[in-house]
Amino acid sequence: MNDTHSLSVVALRPDLAAIAEWIQPGKKVLDLGCGDGSLLRYLRESRNVFGYGVEINDKNLLSCFYNGINVIQNDLESGLSSFESDSFDYVILSQTLQAMRHTEDIIQEMLRVGKQGIVSFPNFGYWRNRLQVVLGRMPISKALPYHWYDTPNIHLCTLNDFEKLCRRCNARIIERRVMSNYSPVHILPNLMGMLAFYRFERSK
Amino acid sequence: MQDTKSVGVVTPQYVHIDRPLQLKSGAMLDSYHLVYETYGELNAAKSNAILICHALSGNHHIAGVYADKDKSFGWWDNMVGPGKPVDTKRFFVIGVNNLGGCHGSTGPTSMDSKTGKPYGASFPVVTVEDWVEAQEKLSQHLGITQFAAIIGGSLGGMQAMQWTLDYPEKVRHALVIAAAANLTAQNIAFNDVARQAILTDQEFHGGNYYAYDTLPRRGLRLARMLGHITYLSNDSMAAKFGRSLRKDEFSFDYDVEFEIESYLRYQGDKFTDLFDANSYLLMTKALDYFNPADAYNGDLSAAFRAVKASFLILSFASDWRFSPERSREIVKALLDNNLNVSYAEIASNQGHDSFLMENDHYHELVRAYLNNIAV
Repeated sequence: MNDTHSLSVVALRPDLAAIAEWIQPGKKVLDLGCGDGSLLRYLRESRNVFGYGVEINDKNLLSCFYNGINVIQNDLESGLSSFESDSFDYVILSQTLQAMRHTEDIIQEMLRVGKQGIVSFPNFGYWRNRLQVVLGRMPISKALPYHWYDTPNIHLCTLNDFEKLCRRCNARIIERRVMSNYSPVHILPNLMGMLAFYRFERSK
Repeated sequence: MQDTKSVGVVTPQYVHIDRPLQLKSGAMLDSYHLVYETYGELNAAKSNAILICHALSGNHHIAGVYADKDKSFGWWDNMVGPGKPVDTKRFFVIGVNNLGGCHGSTGPTSMDSKTGKPYGASFPVVTVEDWVEAQEKLSQHLGITQFAAIIGGSLGGMQAMQWTLDYPEKVRHALVIAAAANLTAQNIAFNDVARQAILTDQEFHGGNYYAYDTLPRRGLRLARMLGHITYLSNDSMAAKFGRSLRKDEFSFDYDVEFEIESYLRYQGDKFTDLFDANSYLLMTKALDYFNPADAYNGDLSAAFRAVKASFLILSFASDWRFSPERSREIVKALLDNNLNVSYAEIASNQGHDSFLMENDHYHELVRAYLNNIAV
């Protein structure tokens, strides 16, 4: 097997590791926009998790194949019609929400298909982002490494914005984690957090 | 220079199976023979066997060349060989000509021992299920109790699927490429026009043309021309032929004028030298009948309930005969049963025939998938 494809489980990106901590062993997972499939591979190898990834990009898809995970090539914007309601324990959307056109629809679909949803996104309210806007330019940072003209991100939001969307979608937030430079943030999360992680479920 | 990625010179082999085969139609074949080829070596554990099922007009000759014929490359030579996506250094690959075919396995052109004449029209209609059953007998003959993978494109993909349904313990992986869980009405319509071309040819003689020392050439040629159009895409035909003329100006008659006409007629003519009209009828019928959901009130998910294999489903964007939507129906049924499945829709402008073509991304996907199969 090609070395670049054999990703060690220890090398899991810290933000993905944060998501993995939320997944109970032996459960069924759907990873939307699964990239090269390293999270699913990690979950399978370390937690006996069964799952599928959804990915649109050809290159990522091939990496998933080399990682030996189940992956379905599909455009998330067209919904999750291939998946039955309530058929997963967790539906993950890692750092993809901000690049989606149908933001509200995908949250609704996650709630339909999974018992719990897990979302991570770059926090636009992070102080460095705010500072750059105050200084009169669109922010560029580790979590938002694009220029305004070449960014795939079209729906950036803050923690407060996302929580408002959850209320609108009848999603009850179970747990929130905020990170900055891959360290947990506890004080003033909407200002100090670079990345946000939410675990949510349908409101009863 | 010798091609190091070719399996080289190959020789077909025969097996005679002296046990009756009960066909789905109710008919019985008392005994039959199958012609097949193998590439690579079966390992000691017999765990590295891959069966490749052929499509409508295919046969057992998948890779390599015949000793006495230059350019007699197998139909999937770009996919199968040492270091190729289906790597014969690692896998033992088997190609088999289906029952009812015309390349060595028992079929309409074979001698019926009861009459001493070719079967002709009396050869029974065979189905995908019947083929799988006969292939299973071949696997017994070769001492293979479980296939690492069964691979097929188009009608071959249907056989790969049927294997996982009929012998769930005997297939670890199924690669179903450019296939569908059944034909659409449009597909069946195309098949029937093709059949009508053959059946209404004056030289057909009710299927017993062998006795008249003739062939329904015109009908088979038309059938193939029609089929060929449906295997290509509008874009690929436009790119290859456009509206190019053979001469500089219109001749205002019905001779060959456009390049596409010339191409299709050539393909049609060539086909009549290579293929038997009765076999063509049988193969298109097998396509029409295939529908594993039939026994489950049309519920494909229910049909897959007892299946254990892992799947790779591949489709091609420009394939309008077996479109990506049809592949996604299979994926959905597999997902509903929590089976291991991966699916890719491959960018291609070559229509249904894409599955036979060189395409780096396609070949890399197959290579990567097979890499992860333990043997």
